[in-house]
Amino acid sequence: MAGTNPTPTEYIQHHLQNLTFGLHPDNGWSIAHSAQEASDMGFWAVHLDTLGWSVGLGLIFLWLFKKAANTATTGVPGALQNFVELMVEFVDNSVKDTFHGKSKLIAPLALTIFCWVFLMNLMDLVPVDFLPMLAAKIGAMFGADPAHVYFKVVPTTDVNATLGMALSVFGLIIFYTIRTKGFSGFIGELTLHPFNSPNKLVQALFIPVNFLLEFVTLLAKPISLALRLFGNLYAGELIFILIAMIGLWQLPLHFTWAVFHILVITLQAFIFMMLTIVYMSMAVEKH
Amino acid sequence: MNLNLTLVGQAIAFAFFVWFCMKFIWPPVMQALQERQKKIADGLDAASRAARDLEVAEKEADETLRKSKQEAAEILEQAQKQANQKLEQAREDARLEGERMIAKAKSEIEQEVARAKEDLRAQVSRLAVLGAERILESSIDEKQHAAIVDKLAKEL
Repeated sequence: MAGTNPTPTEYIQHHLQNLTFGLHPDNGWSIAHSAQEASDMGFWAVHLDTLGWSVGLGLIFLWLFKKAANTATTGVPGALQNFVELMVEFVDNSVKDTFHGKSKLIAPLALTIFCWVFLMNLMDLVPVDFLPMLAAKIGAMFGADPAHVYFKVVPTTDVNATLGMALSVFGLIIFYTIRTKGFSGFIGELTLHPFNSPNKLVQALFIPVNFLLEFVTLLAKPISLALRLFGNLYAGELIFILIAMIGLWQLPLHFTWAVFHILVITLQAFIFMMLTIVYMSMAVEKH
Repeated sequence: MNLNLTLVGQAIAFAFFVWFCMKFIWPPVMQALQERQKKIADGLDAASRAARDLEVAEKEADETLRKSKQEAAEILEQAQKQANQKLEQAREDARLEGERMIAKAKSEIEQEVARAKEDLRAQVSRLAVLGAERILESSIDEKQHAAIVDKLAKEL
């Protein structure tokens, strides 16, 4: 913890605040020194910690897998190649089980999602004070008030990160739907289901109802995708923070929760991947 | 929990990662996997083929062994037969030769006996003449009496 002894509320809020850089109405482009300043920045701000960690972890993923891909041999594989092949086969099988269309994008997309989300979630297992304290020390070196250096390590506890990915997937869903069924097919899917009737007049009456139902279903996809991951990790992180506040007894508790959290981390990465595949196959398959 | 530009940044990063993965990671790994799969399949194929070949070769070897054993037995039998024949022949030859030799020896003995008889007869006749000469005290004409003695000798 940085600076003077904060109250539990302050401690938690400090931990849940991102390192924000943005356009403040009064200070111009700057790093936010408080939660208030960060929220004053509105949309024109970026969370440096979220972006930094997620991009860094993504690059680690790409670097590792690229290394394995470069040295991929048909002979006896090394440890890294073995691991990479295991992941690739696992993802490939998951995709083949669910997605029956032909697409060069789906499998790499699923692999990227799984590995990236997993790595981002994995940051949750780093004890909650380590990296923020380090950041506070570094911030202090550059003359910042350590109490106001915010640093949130787990990118998936930031709804921006999960929503960013979910909206990308959403875009792909719409793109693929239109590509396979045409624009009229896409509109038809939104308006002609689930209620339809051979009678034209009745059908016309059904269209608004159908649209309401289907549009909500469509929108629910990215939102549920984003909020599921965010909610799980945010809650997990919050419990880690609460455990970190109780003194010496945090050690066994932290260990127990971390062990349990390993499951959540993997599971959420898998669910995000699996749902993406399912949504994409729904987009491509004809009814 | 402010929605802000981070969302866009994350989406861009995501797009880049997916693109990179699709372009540079997925194809080589998949290719390596498929090639290895093919290699293993080929290897298994070759192994089963080799096993089949081995079986055939073993059968062939068995067949050859059996044939050569049979041939050897035949040759051995023939050789024995031949040897028996030769032995029989030799035995027959020996018997004939023996008989011939016995016959020859018999005739020689007979000749010998005849000669000895002749000699004895001659000597007896001379002895008789000599005896007679002694008896008659050389009064007898040898030539005249020789015929008588010969006649006598022949009667012996």
